[in-house]
Amino acid sequence: MARPTSAADAAGLGTGRAIAFVLPALTLIAVFLVFPALWTIYLGLTDYRLTGTAAADPRLVGTANYTGALTDPRFLSSLWLTVLYVGGSAVIGQAGLGFTLAWTLRTRTGPLRRAVEGVVLLSWILPSTVVGFLWFALLDRDDGTLNALLHTPGLAWLLDHPLLSIIVFNVWRGTAFSMMLYSAALENVPPSHLETARLAGANVPQQLRDVVLPAIRRHILTNLLLISLWTFNDFTPFVLTGGGPEGRSEILPVYVYRVALKDGQLGAGAAISFLILLINLVLALAYLRLLRGRRQRRRHQEIAAAGGPPA
Amino acid sequence: MIRHTLGRLATTVVIAAVLALFALPMLWLASAPFDDTPAITTSIPDFTLRNFAAILDNPYALGSIRNSLIQGGGAAALVVVLAALAAYALSRVRVPGRDALLYLLLLLSSVVTGTAAMVPIFELATRLGLIDTHLGVILVVSGGLLPAAIFILKDFMDDTPTSYEESARVFGATPLQILRHIVIPLVRPGLATIAVWALASVWGGFLFQFILLRDPEKAPGSVILYTLYTEGGAPKLDLISTFSLLYSLPVVAMYLFVSKRYGFRFHGGIKT
Repeated sequence: MARPTSAADAAGLGTGRAIAFVLPALTLIAVFLVFPALWTIYLGLTDYRLTGTAAADPRLVGTANYTGALTDPRFLSSLWLTVLYVGGSAVIGQAGLGFTLAWTLRTRTGPLRRAVEGVVLLSWILPSTVVGFLWFALLDRDDGTLNALLHTPGLAWLLDHPLLSIIVFNVWRGTAFSMMLYSAALENVPPSHLETARLAGANVPQQLRDVVLPAIRRHILTNLLLISLWTFNDFTPFVLTGGGPEGRSEILPVYVYRVALKDGQLGAGAAISFLILLINLVLALAYLRLLRGRRQRRRHQEIAAAGGPPA
Repeated sequence: MIRHTLGRLATTVVIAAVLALFALPMLWLASAPFDDTPAITTSIPDFTLRNFAAILDNPYALGSIRNSLIQGGGAAALVVVLAALAAYALSRVRVPGRDALLYLLLLLSSVVTGTAAMVPIFELATRLGLIDTHLGVILVVSGGLLPAAIFILKDFMDDTPTSYEESARVFGATPLQILRHIVIPLVRPGLATIAVWALASVWGGFLFQFILLRDPEKAPGSVILYTLYTEGGAPKLDLISTFSLLYSLPVVAMYLFVSKRYGFRFHGGIKT
């Protein structure tokens, strides 16, 4: 670990000044990141509300919020919708499409490749509310471009297929990350191995299974963990459907928002937040474990983890 | 050989279909702002620039861009300064518990998301009197961006040779002088990346701005866009499309600038 630059203290900073340099950043992180996370645990054990008597004088109610959530059909359905949303849009959609694009564009150069990479990246860069409205315009019941193209006038995509809408939306929004990660990963697959497999008569699925998959297995795992984590915490579908109609696209982030800030049940909302924190922790620990086994790719991967999803 | 050509043709068709899928929603953004009577359907515009003038008449549109600049610029400045100081110290001095601290920072940055922390953040901001203030948004988003920023900048600093600093020290420069005149110029690409990344995150951010700001006078563009409806609830398409385009351009320009200037590739979640 002792890289010469690390321990050198070339500028003669000294431990005291070093701590003074680190402290302002750590204070801000402690107040606005660590403390809220810990406070969630406490709030989740109270009947705290936004207004009314329980707002002035919250009581400890133990695990009532948790048992309440587990018997709330809306929470259970929200949990199930979240599983479908993450599985459909991240694991299958983004990773699948991202890999397909990386694989098919790998041998190409020229305008088609640049155009595809350009639009895919643009859909990742654009501000989320703008993107939400673009999809709102695309899917509109009466005048939406999609209905005009498909000759299905009056089909209310956002009302009739809210979950499918936000799944396709999130695939569109987030495929860029998977595409770029798999493009980089495929560069590490030796072309001679693929050539050998092809000469030996292996078709494309066999080449993928026997040559490509073993070489990029870690990349796949990294990719799946990160995009699952980000999609799981994604609030953007709210811009598109607001969780409706009747909660049919109410994934957990939107559920927490509704329960805590709209209905004012801060304690109950905090309890769900804590569950989200725990699931995040499991995914993040798995991801960091995966990183430890791969020192040489450290930099890009850690940056990936730290950078987070599109805003 | 024929099979190979056919296969290549087939993949070209698939790629073109994907291209169409990705481009389709954006067409509206390119056409509607210039349309005399913008509808929600994408169409060849009846060309006009009047919609841009209508933006000027909206009481909140221009103000919201200013708010986005204040909040985004404030957060970017705060994050760059605090992260640079911390990253430099962590890179050059073996502060006790450094490795554990870095591990914890990395963990925190992915675990404590806006979704997971929205309730306590809202509560904290209420008690500190930060609701409806620019400062509240700046502090909250900076707290979330700092761990990642420290991590990335420390990486940059680690890759910077220490020999310049050593010679400067021999000639009697103080640590702060060394930081200002030697280290900062050397890691400028890293600082620019972080600044653009922070600004873009806040510029497009929705959740915290949405829950921390009730007053439309303080709301940034990303939230105002969500409110451009008539009293009847119908979206004001001329305003929305035009504002969307105006609001997207700076972000795209920033990415193009940073990737041209510093030759950064899009690595990981950092979109540069």
